[in-house]
Amino acid sequence: MTLSRRKSKYEARVATGGPATSAMIASLEAEGYETVAAPFGHALVDIAKSNRKIVGLTADLSKYTDLHVFAEAFPDRFFQMGMAEQSMFSAAAGLAREGFKPFATTYAVFASRRAYDFICMAIAEEALPVKIVCALPGLTTGYGPSHQATEDLAIFRGLPNLTIIDPCDATEIAQATRAIAASPGPVYMRLLRGQVPDVLGPLGYQFQMGKAQFVRRGGDATVVAAGFMTMRALDAAKVLAAEAIEISVLHSPTIKPLDEKTILTAAANANLLVTAENHTIIGGLGEAVAGACMREGVHPRFRQIALPDEFLDAGALPTLHDQYRVSVKAMVEQIRGWLT
Amino acid sequence: MSIANVSLARRAWSIRRHALRMAEVQGQGYIGQALGAADLLAASYFHALNFHADDPDWEGRDRFLLSIGHYAIALYAALIEAGVLPEDEIGTYGMDDSRMPMSGMAAYTPGMEITGGSLGHGLGIAVGVGLALRAKKNPAFVYNMMSDGELGEGSTWEAAMAASHHCLGNLICLVDFNNQQADGHSKDMMSSEPVDQKFEAFGWYAQRVDGNDIKALTKAFDAAKTLKDDRPRVIICDTKMCKGVPFLEEREITHFVRVAPEEWASAIAHLDGEAPA
Ligand SMILES: Cc1ncc(C[n+]2csc(CCOP(=O)(O)OP(=O)(O)O)c2C)c(N)n1
Ligand SMILES: [Mg+2]
Repeated sequence: MTLSRRKSKYEARVATGGPATSAMIASLEAEGYETVAAPFGHALVDIAKSNRKIVGLTADLSKYTDLHVFAEAFPDRFFQMGMAEQSMFSAAAGLAREGFKPFATTYAVFASRRAYDFICMAIAEEALPVKIVCALPGLTTGYGPSHQATEDLAIFRGLPNLTIIDPCDATEIAQATRAIAASPGPVYMRLLRGQVPDVLGPLGYQFQMGKAQFVRRGGDATVVAAGFMTMRALDAAKVLAAEAIEISVLHSPTIKPLDEKTILTAAANANLLVTAENHTIIGGLGEAVAGACMREGVHPRFRQIALPDEFLDAGALPTLHDQYRVSVKAMVEQIRGWLT
Repeated sequence: MSIANVSLARRAWSIRRHALRMAEVQGQGYIGQALGAADLLAASYFHALNFHADDPDWEGRDRFLLSIGHYAIALYAALIEAGVLPEDEIGTYGMDDSRMPMSGMAAYTPGMEITGGSLGHGLGIAVGVGLALRAKKNPAFVYNMMSDGELGEGSTWEAAMAASHHCLGNLICLVDFNNQQADGHSKDMMSSEPVDQKFEAFGWYAQRVDGNDIKALTKAFDAAKTLKDDRPRVIICDTKMCKGVPFLEEREITHFVRVAPEEWASAIAHLDGEAPA
């Protein structure tokens, strides 16, 4: 009667103490970066001032996806759909059919898992311009599997017509919001919300849909990264540089369609090609890059930094990032290990 | 089952106190929900439910599914009071490797039947458990504790229809109607009223009670358990967030109630001054 998974696990658990928390809302460790408040919400308000077709919908999570900023600015263009993700995405499809540009928000797990069929048939199959913007992508909460969207990219990559963006920081979120508002088709964008670090702004970066761009150059290894893992890669690069290891960081925020041209050229010239993603090792950026290389006959030494194929633990985010090898420290150790 | 000779008011008071002590550890937590649902949990665990504290997997137990994973703090408090979880683990709440994570998970905690938290799952699972209990000729009940926010999910109503279609008189659904969701008051987010009439129209035996009135709760549980027909039963409990700590009750209530570091002690002190017999 008793499930083996239950017993084995809870009897082994001994709290380690310390100021840890498995709370839902936790901020990313991003030392040394300025932060910007609610970059998505503010960018959307700005864009909506000159685009009357933009409307916002949420499934009881406006405050947690920064859409409340839009709701306050444009109360008549905001629709609270209650906690009903399937109904929200269907309604977004209906609005889009009638000529509106809906931005629909929830957490990444609830769009990808609960509402998948509704997004697939009502939105993607008809290539309607619904912009699906989702907080808590990958491992950005310590709350446990119910809120950790570790496989959202794998789920959505299988969907034809859908553009997928995994932005790195506040600067890119603002730029990408503008770009997806201007694009004609459906988009899934992963969102960092609340106080979001600004990593790329000081580098003079400009987001281009469908383009991967080098944000650092070095000859010992090339890391292709997306989302906040680009920040981690840049931080790891600084640590490695002190040990005379120089790495390139190729930031590829558009997961689909992937910028294969840039990535394949980088791969062909890399001493070691590493992909780094805030996602399970299955079906995300790493496998997309590997597949492109194999198909095109480019065969670099290849390694993947990604989350394991497991339901992850609940715990404090920094603890989990170390445990699952996506912290700066863990990245440095992995890359150093592969080079020696 | 009533364990020892302790009043339900005292049980509810202890549940509130355990929950405050847990939230104090983290300086946060869904304390408004726990305080609001303490009376409902006291009536569940110390009046309605049949269970063995030393054997949470006992086959004859009534199953209690917590659909609302974020209410875990409230259920931990009840399980501590019931002797299923040890009181000395209160200080581990929400810590790395604790058996009491912020969101309830079956793999972590004795007495936690399901991993809730992706809201809108509990009632559907309860339907399957109800079917299974009947097939096994097990006379136990299955309870599903859910929130008013979950009334928005389509899955809730799919399950509600299945429960009455399959004549699950062994299923008792508890709705904590605190008129609160993540973005605001439930009635403004997505109106679900009249909730009792909706369930009735779906073929359920529905009762609506003051969820902070222990007498009303026990009466409703008795009626649900002894009803002579095979309709699934729902008890819609109107509760008050933060109930029992007046200075928090008066605060602007949101999904998260802000509590300053020094206020945990005052909240516990307030309870201690009002300990029921
Ligand atoms: C399917 C799903 N959608 C969204 C969420 C995010 N979420 C967590 S709690 C919550 C509010 C739900 O309402 P309720 O449970 O009544 O909230 P409370 O009374 O605790 O404020 C939401 C939207 C979730 N956990 N599951
Ligand atoms: Mg509620």
